Amino acid sequence: MTSPAPAAPGLKPFAAMLRREFAGYFRTPLAYVFLAVFNAFAVSLAFFVGGLYESGVASLDRFFLYHPWLWAFLAPAAGARLWAEERRQGTLELLLTWPITVWQAALGKFLAAWLFLACALLMTLPVAFTVGWLGDPDWGVIVSGYAGSLLCAGACLGVAAVASALTRSQVIAFVTGFLACFLLVLVGYGVFDELLAGLFGPAGIDEIRRLGLWRNLEPFTLGLLDVRPIAYFLSVAFAGLGLSTIIIERR
Amino acid sequence: MPLIEAKHLSKSYGALRAVHDVSFSVDRGEVVGFLGPNGAGKSTTMKMLTGHLRADAGAALIAGLDVAEEAVRAKQHLGYSPEGAPAYGEMTVREFLRFAADLRGLAEPAASVRRTLALCRLEEVAAQGIDTLSKGYRMRVGFAQAVLHDPEVLILDEPTDGLDPNQKHEVRRILKEMAATKAVIVSTHILEEVGELCTRVIVIAKGEVRCDESREKFLARGADLNAVFRQLTA
Repeated sequence: MTSPAPAAPGLKPFAAMLRREFAGYFRTPLAYVFLAVFNAFAVSLAFFVGGLYESGVASLDRFFLYHPWLWAFLAPAAGARLWAEERRQGTLELLLTWPITVWQAALGKFLAAWLFLACALLMTLPVAFTVGWLGDPDWGVIVSGYAGSLLCAGACLGVAAVASALTRSQVIAFVTGFLACFLLVLVGYGVFDELLAGLFGPAGIDEIRRLGLWRNLEPFTLGLLDVRPIAYFLSVAFAGLGLSTIIIERR
Repeated sequence: MPLIEAKHLSKSYGALRAVHDVSFSVDRGEVVGFLGPNGAGKSTTMKMLTGHLRADAGAALIAGLDVAEEAVRAKQHLGYSPEGAPAYGEMTVREFLRFAADLRGLAEPAASVRRTLALCRLEEVAAQGIDTLSKGYRMRVGFAQAVLHDPEVLILDEPTDGLDPNQKHEVRRILKEMAATKAVIVSTHILEEVGELCTRVIVIAKGEVRCDESREKFLARGADLNAVFRQLTA
């Protein structure tokens, strides 16, 4: 009755992981709270703080302006459970003795979370349609803005994944992830310029400012698809993914 | 070829020497009772055998495959239930087993889940969230995921811990049914389990193997197993 040597599982473990993690968001009320909060903030920041309507311009740049802040806060909220929850429940030990590599598991988790953030982002499409109804926006620019925002979300999620791999507490994972993302937001606004000028000189400041989230998102909202911001967001996302994987492997 | 092989396994946590130069092998058809006081290194040894912990020195082989070098292939032959039988509490029993079946890439996941639910008598709680189950059922869920793929090697860390006598009996019954075709290691600190379940006994204390012998030889050491245990682990 003993089974023969199992066939190579290929991508099945990865697909199973991705499915479970994505569905996992909707098993608790967390997903719905998250989606509601994200939408409420995304829309109200754009209209009430950004003055999207009053601007009289049929474009979404005032909507995307606040996305680095939103992702800095909400990507760590969605990413806190990635590894912290496995550690808390003790299921990490189970997962790591199942026939899946840590890389496959980590990638499955990461992509599931990213997909979830993409759902949140897609739910804001009525804002775009409103602008389209009121005026005649450049849809290419809107699509590129959404693409940029999604990449920005991935970068924040990379940071959140590292924070989550380091602790068994989702609260600590969220707070540290948020603080790290918050730094990436502030750097772009030159908040640390005086401090950094002493360390790197005036020339260095501009280079460091380029690490800010908005600095990299802005070109997308203008319809400019540049290699540099794409590379920036993807490097932060995958550096975070890689680092979290190494942390789990070395636990 | 033995199905489980521990070759000179050692592991330290900082200055604490948890396991020191532990070697043994387990063949098909053997049920090894892994005994020792708390903190003796039982769980650490099991974690190294299952590839959860990396050994400082030595090697662990499952079905002839090194768990560190050929991790994924080795783990396909392995069923493991960690201490406390952790599981994803927010899933139902059926969802959890289905996830484990898919993750293992089983050819007929639905059939495997059905068979395992029946084997472990979990059908009546299959649609319940694992978080809502009593301890006895939760332990059985942990056991179920370990036998889901009918593995050749079964490693169970205190599978009867916290169960009532009926439930203990049930777990032993299932284990006995399966034992003939598998190599099994069961850690326990319940000495009576040795006589009921095991074909062989390994006693470990302070990270070292103190005795490794057949059940008969172990039981012949004395009528009072508690005294035997104290003397061996002193």
